[in-house]
Amino acid sequence: MSEYVLEARGIVKTFPGVRALDGVHLRVRPGETHAVVGENGAGKTTLMLTLTGVHRPDEGTILLDGQPVTFSSPQEAVRHGISIVFQELSLVPSLSVAENVFANRQPVRRWGHIDFKELHRRTRELLSLFDLSGLDPATPVRQLGPATQQVVEILKALSTEPKVLILDEPTSSLTDLEARRLFDNLRRLTARGLACLYISHHLTEIFEIAQTVTVLRDGRFVCDARVADIDEDFLVSNMVGRTITDAYGKRPERSSFGPVRFEARGLCGDGFSDVSFRVRAGEIVGFSGLVGAGRTELARAIFGADRLRSGELHLDGKPIAPHSPHDAIQLGIGYLTEDRKTQGLYLDFPVRANVAANRLEQLSRGPLVSDALVDAAAEKAIRDYRIASAGGDRPVRTLSGGNQQKVLIGAWIGITPRLLIADEPTRGVDVGARSEIYGFLRALAAQGTAIVVISSDLPEILGLSDRIYVMKSGVVAGELDTAAATEEAVIGLATGASGAAAILPSGATETPAEVH
Amino acid sequence: MGLIRRLARQREFMIAVVVAILFVAMCFASPYFLSSGNLLALMLGLSVEAIIAVAMTNLMVAGGFDMSVGSVVAFTGAATALLLASEVPVWVSVAVGLALGTGVGLFNGLIVSEIGINPFVTTLSSLSLFRGLTLILTRGRNISGLPDGFKALGQTTVFGVQTPIIIAVVLIAAGDLMLRRFRFFRQSYYIGGNERAARLSGIPVDRMKTLAYLFTGLFAGLAGVVQTSRLGAASVTAGTGLELRVITAVIIGGASLQGGEGTVLGAFLGSLLMALITNALTLLGVDVYWQTFVIGATLLAAVLVDRLGKTRTSEGRRRTRPALGVSRGEAGGVGSSATASGQGPPQGP
Repeated sequence: MSEYVLEARGIVKTFPGVRALDGVHLRVRPGETHAVVGENGAGKTTLMLTLTGVHRPDEGTILLDGQPVTFSSPQEAVRHGISIVFQELSLVPSLSVAENVFANRQPVRRWGHIDFKELHRRTRELLSLFDLSGLDPATPVRQLGPATQQVVEILKALSTEPKVLILDEPTSSLTDLEARRLFDNLRRLTARGLACLYISHHLTEIFEIAQTVTVLRDGRFVCDARVADIDEDFLVSNMVGRTITDAYGKRPERSSFGPVRFEARGLCGDGFSDVSFRVRAGEIVGFSGLVGAGRTELARAIFGADRLRSGELHLDGKPIAPHSPHDAIQLGIGYLTEDRKTQGLYLDFPVRANVAANRLEQLSRGPLVSDALVDAAAEKAIRDYRIASAGGDRPVRTLSGGNQQKVLIGAWIGITPRLLIADEPTRGVDVGARSEIYGFLRALAAQGTAIVVISSDLPEILGLSDRIYVMKSGVVAGELDTAAATEEAVIGLATGASGAAAILPSGATETPAEVH
Repeated sequence: MGLIRRLARQREFMIAVVVAILFVAMCFASPYFLSSGNLLALMLGLSVEAIIAVAMTNLMVAGGFDMSVGSVVAFTGAATALLLASEVPVWVSVAVGLALGTGVGLFNGLIVSEIGINPFVTTLSSLSLFRGLTLILTRGRNISGLPDGFKALGQTTVFGVQTPIIIAVVLIAAGDLMLRRFRFFRQSYYIGGNERAARLSGIPVDRMKTLAYLFTGLFAGLAGVVQTSRLGAASVTAGTGLELRVITAVIIGGASLQGGEGTVLGAFLGSLLMALITNALTLLGVDVYWQTFVIGATLLAAVLVDRLGKTRTSEGRRRTRPALGVSRGEAGGVGSSATASGQGPPQGP
């Protein structure tokens, strides 16, 4: 028996024009969580697709329990005990939990008649692995929250009884709290001997869950290490091949902020009530809270995309009432959606069309769209935001996550907003692009834009914001000054736990707390 | 080289090449083909569907779809003819015909965009509703004996060219320019490309969609009036199956059922290609029953060439996508097949 349950030696995989993997090694022991890290385009996903039989490697060997194997199809990899959970959910919302978990492999009786009793029994068994014994296997998936849906996705992979479970960015749609619960469950599974391959952009997660780590860069193997022996700086410098000093940049002096640019008073709508806050020109205000705390709903209502039931909005001291995103954009309000793929970008359109989408009027002469103006805007965005795009005519679908996000940010900074609400601005974005995005937001603030950043990433909220509002169940639970805020204080407010004692007195900030 | 490759990627160019090749081949194959009589008859035959294709392209670019245009042609034609038969002035009758078409379009548009019923189901209902209403109004009888003043609309010739052809050409040219260059209509591409993103980009999605249906109704109404005038009679079976021919032409011309792509010029070329094929088969004495079959083959060939071309031009990344789909299908077979079949209305013809 080999020491490793899964081993890859010298894997090479080329696509026309690209050497996606160039001699990559990977060694995974049973019962351990092994993280694979690297920037977007480093080859993590290609490696996973090679291990799961989607791609055939050009060179190199894959060993399972010490025996060389070749998979001609994903099905074959599953039969050998390698299952993968993708970062995007592949569930059918209208079908039950049980039918999703055992999709196409439902236990059947004579003539292919599904044995629902057996199906539900087996599903319950799996649910109990994840402290979800209370969930009825017949519940339609669409009734579940994103965190539970994620669990169903994982159970689907576990139902094939794999030796190696591959998780690709499993926490991208989870809050910190939900992520921690997922980690507890994963630890229980690895304790039973399962090996887990874990792909993530969140380096803090790796220190929390993984025992070993492999670093990839530009399709090459950089190093592997025991997590206990290394620190975050080591990982980052190996991933980017250079040292990133202070990703969040320098926070400006409080005195450099201008007058109050945007103020909300007593806002009520679906998912939030009685929310008041203000943002000064040049200030970045963070909104923290659990997923479902009403932050996105609040942002959409301010932007006119959803209905605001009551409350007042003031921009530069004047009352405003945007009834549609179009109104909001005219007023100089931008909203960077949390979901760039389904709500932000036009994936099949090139960069130029995406950059122009929210300001066709600016880029027109009379009623005609001006190609020259659109091209100029696209070139400026590609240059200013360092968008790595192989030719401006390629659909943005072909860009990496970080570059896609930069396209979206470029589009919104392009309207020269007075207020920009950035909802999860770095979700699914690699370390390098992340610090660039922080830089863009800082630079925009320095020009006098008021910025609201909604983020479920605590270090990001603490590192980027000048002031933090924490929301819980639709109301503002507290306001913190970042100079003194801690992760514990934010979590305390967000969950209503004892940490709430850490609320700073409102005197610590220049604006009085407007929590009624 | 770069220019040729860029042109080759545009569907209109490819169709234009095919049309040109077919045209030249036919000049040699049949002595009657190049006669002005044959070419004018060909253009006259496709003018009605080409008029509708202009508005249908805008609608399909915005991700919409209208199955009711054939019925609207019969409905507006019959309504106009009935008014003329009761000696209502020509211009009033025509205006009412156009208004009725617009009304049907508005009706479809409001149901789709305000209530949120699927466009296929909505316009399929309208297909039966307005064909039925036509039968009720006319008691199933064709209406002829229309005044000369009305017939002049569709039967006059300018330099030997019939007015329906002139109307179609003008609308195609104007429509192509509008959809290509005008900011207002450019918004259709964004809506079809990603409706939710379009909302957040500040595009008035619901209003634009309603208007796209309204225009389609108006153009179908115009087509109904023109056709009635040209034939000098309203037929209760007018426009039967026309919706599928129009949609086929628009798709051959580069549009897709998902929306976000397509041009009016392409749709016209698609329509021209279908007419040319029919004409060629007739002139060459091929059994008429083959015509429908060949149209189906043309549509399939057009979308296949497009798909294969796309896979070839974008390497690596794009190619992994179908494979990924297979692997997920494995993990969730029910899932992928259910979503695939639930994605949109079945392709008609």
